[in-house]
Amino acid sequence: MTESALHAAAGGTDRSPRVRFWRDLSFWGLLPSWLLMGLALILPIAIIAAVSLATRGAHGGFTWDFNLAGYRQILFNEGWTGELEFTPQYLLIVARTFALAGATTLICLVFAVPVAYFISRQPPGRKAALVYLVTLPFWVSMILRVYAWMIILGKDGTLPRFLETLGLPAGMSFMFNDGATLTAMVYTAMPLMVLPVFASIEKLDGTLIEASHDLYGNRWVTLRRVILPLTAPGLVAGAILVFVPALGAVLEPSLMGGGKQMMMGTLIQLQFGGGRNWPFGAAIAMTLMALVLVFLLVMALRAARREDVR
Amino acid sequence: MIQPHSTGAQKAIEVKSVSKSFGTYQALKSVSFDIGSNEFFTMLGPSGCGKTTLLRMLAGFESPDTGSILLTGQEVVAIPPHRRRVNTVFQSYALFPHMTLEQNVAYGLENLGWEKGRIRTRVGEMLERVHMAPMAKRRPAQLSGGQRQRVALARALAPEPEVLLLDEPLSALDLKLRQAMRDELRTLQRDTGITFVFVTHDQEEALDMSDRIAVLGGGEVQQIGTPTEIYEEPVNRFVADFVGETNFLDVEVVETAPGQATVRTPFGVALTVPATGTASRGRATLSVRPEKINLGDQAQGTVFEGRIINKNYMGGYTHYTLDVAGTELRASRRNASREGDAIPLGATVPVGFVAGSARVLAA
Repeated sequence: MTESALHAAAGGTDRSPRVRFWRDLSFWGLLPSWLLMGLALILPIAIIAAVSLATRGAHGGFTWDFNLAGYRQILFNEGWTGELEFTPQYLLIVARTFALAGATTLICLVFAVPVAYFISRQPPGRKAALVYLVTLPFWVSMILRVYAWMIILGKDGTLPRFLETLGLPAGMSFMFNDGATLTAMVYTAMPLMVLPVFASIEKLDGTLIEASHDLYGNRWVTLRRVILPLTAPGLVAGAILVFVPALGAVLEPSLMGGGKQMMMGTLIQLQFGGGRNWPFGAAIAMTLMALVLVFLLVMALRAARREDVR
Repeated sequence: MIQPHSTGAQKAIEVKSVSKSFGTYQALKSVSFDIGSNEFFTMLGPSGCGKTTLLRMLAGFESPDTGSILLTGQEVVAIPPHRRRVNTVFQSYALFPHMTLEQNVAYGLENLGWEKGRIRTRVGEMLERVHMAPMAKRRPAQLSGGQRQRVALARALAPEPEVLLLDEPLSALDLKLRQAMRDELRTLQRDTGITFVFVTHDQEEALDMSDRIAVLGGGEVQQIGTPTEIYEEPVNRFVADFVGETNFLDVEVVETAPGQATVRTPFGVALTVPATGTASRGRATLSVRPEKINLGDQAQGTVFEGRIINKNYMGGYTHYTLDVAGTELRASRRNASREGDAIPLGATVPVGFVAGSARVLAA
C-alpha cells in the first residue's frame, strides 16, 4: 500500500478519486434511510406542528391562518366577549396522564424486579422458556388483551363472580375508572419492563451479592446498596420504555376508563375525531411530545453524569 | 444478631463429619478436622476435591447435608453468612464496582453499625496497611489485579473477623506478584493474629505459607499436617503425587519393623526406609523425591549406577531422567556452580540415596 492510500484509508483529507468514491457511496447508500426518517418521522411531526398553529375550520378541519388558539385552549376558556378565563380541566387531564403513567411505571418496576431476579436464577433452559413466556402476550393483539380485562373486571365478569362466591355482594363492577385503566396499562406494559430489568440483573455478578452478605449485609441492605445501583441502567431503560408509551395511552383509558376519565391520548383522539378541533388536538400532541422530550433529556443527562463518575 | 467475638477459644473451627452431595455427585464424604485459632490453615487439592465447597460452608453460602460446623465453639450451620464473624477474599475479588475503595472497605463496618469516626479511622488504617491509601477515592476498575487483591484483603480484614477465608486469591496474579503477595499474606496473618483458611490447588503456595495443610482428594481429607510432614511423610500415593514431584517404585517389602521397612527395588538394590505405620510384607509403593537422589560425585548412602537418558536444564537446577537397570528414575541436582550442569547425556554415573529420604506408602 502506498503512503497516500494509507493516508486515505485512515480517513485523511486526501481528495483522490478513490476517497471521493467511498464518500459518495456512503451518501447514496444511506439515502434511503434518510428519506425514510424524513418522510416517516420528521414530516408528520412538522405537519402536526403546523396544524397546531393553524385556525380551526367552521365545520371541522382547519385553515392555514396563524393562530395560537390551540395552545391557549389548553389553559384558558374563551368567553362570549373574547375574554380569557383560566380553566383547569385540561391541566387535570395532563396531571392524570402523568399520574397514571407514573403509577404504571412504578407498579411495573415493583413487580418486574422480583420476576426478573427469579428468572435470572433459573437453569439456562428454563430461563429461555420463561423469557419467551414474558413476551408471549405480544403475540396477541393488544385490543383483544384489553377486552379480556373487560371480561375479567366487568359486570358479571370473572373477578366479581369470584368475589360473589366469597360472599361479597353480587353485581360489582370494577370497570370505567382510573383503577381499571391502570390495571390494563400495567398489564400491557409489564413485558417492556421485565425484559430490560432481566437483562441487567442477568449481567450482575453473583459473587457481588455473596460479598455483600459476607460483609454483614442482610437482604434489604444488599438490594439497596448492591443490586439496585448495579442494575440501575436496566431499571432506567425499562422505566423509559414503560413511561413514554404510557403517556400516550389511548386504548386503555377509552376502553377501561369508559372514555369519561380522559388522558392526553384520548383527548387528542377526541379532537381529531368527534371534537373536530384539529389545531387544539395538534397543540396537545405537541405539548405531550415536549414533555416527553424533557423527561428523556433529564434521564440522558443523569445517565451521562453516572458514566462520568464511573 | 451478629455472632459475638470469641473469648479466646482454642479452636477457631471444628468441622464434624460433614457430607455434601450435588445431585448424584458426592462432593464431601464425612469430612472432619479442627482449625486452631491464629492458625494459617490451607486446604489443598485438585479441582473438584471439595475444598471450595468446604470454604463456602464456612462462609455460610452452602450448608452441609449432614454433620456440623462450629465456629469458635458455636454451631453455625443455621446461621446465615451476614451473621457470621467470618470474611472472605473471593477468587475474583468481588469488589463493588460502583463504590470507591474507601466505600468498599467501609461497607462491612457500616453494616456492623460502627460509628462514623471509627469507620473512617479503620478504613484509613486498613488501606494504609495494604499500601492503597493514596488511591482511596478510586474505583476498582482503575486498579491492577494486584491492587484489587490488596483492597479485597483490606475489605475482608477491616471488620476484624474471627476467621478470614481466602479462595485461591493469588491464582489471577502473575508470578512475581504472587510471590510478593505470599509474603504479605503471611505477615498480615502473623500481625493480625486472625485465623486464615486458605484454599489453593498450588502445592508450592500451600507449603510456603501454611502452619498446617489439609490435603483433600475425592471429597475426603487425605492427610493433615505441617508442610514438612506433608512433603516428607506423605501417608499415601495421592498425597505424595499431588504435593511435589516424586518417583514411584513398585517394590517388595521383605522385612518390616515399626515405622520402617526393608524393600527390594526393581533394580535389585535393597533399602531400609521409613514406612507409614507397620508395612505388611509383599508388594508396595516406594516414593522417592527427585532432589533426594544424589548423582555423580555427590552420590552417598546406598549407591548404584544409572545412565542419563534425558536432562532438562532449569537454571538453578537440572532435572535428569535416569535409566537404572530398566527402571526410570527422575533426579534433580542443584547447580551450585557453573560446572554443576556438567553431567553429559548418556553418561553412566553413580546414583545414591540416603535411606531416610524415601518412603513406603500404604496402598
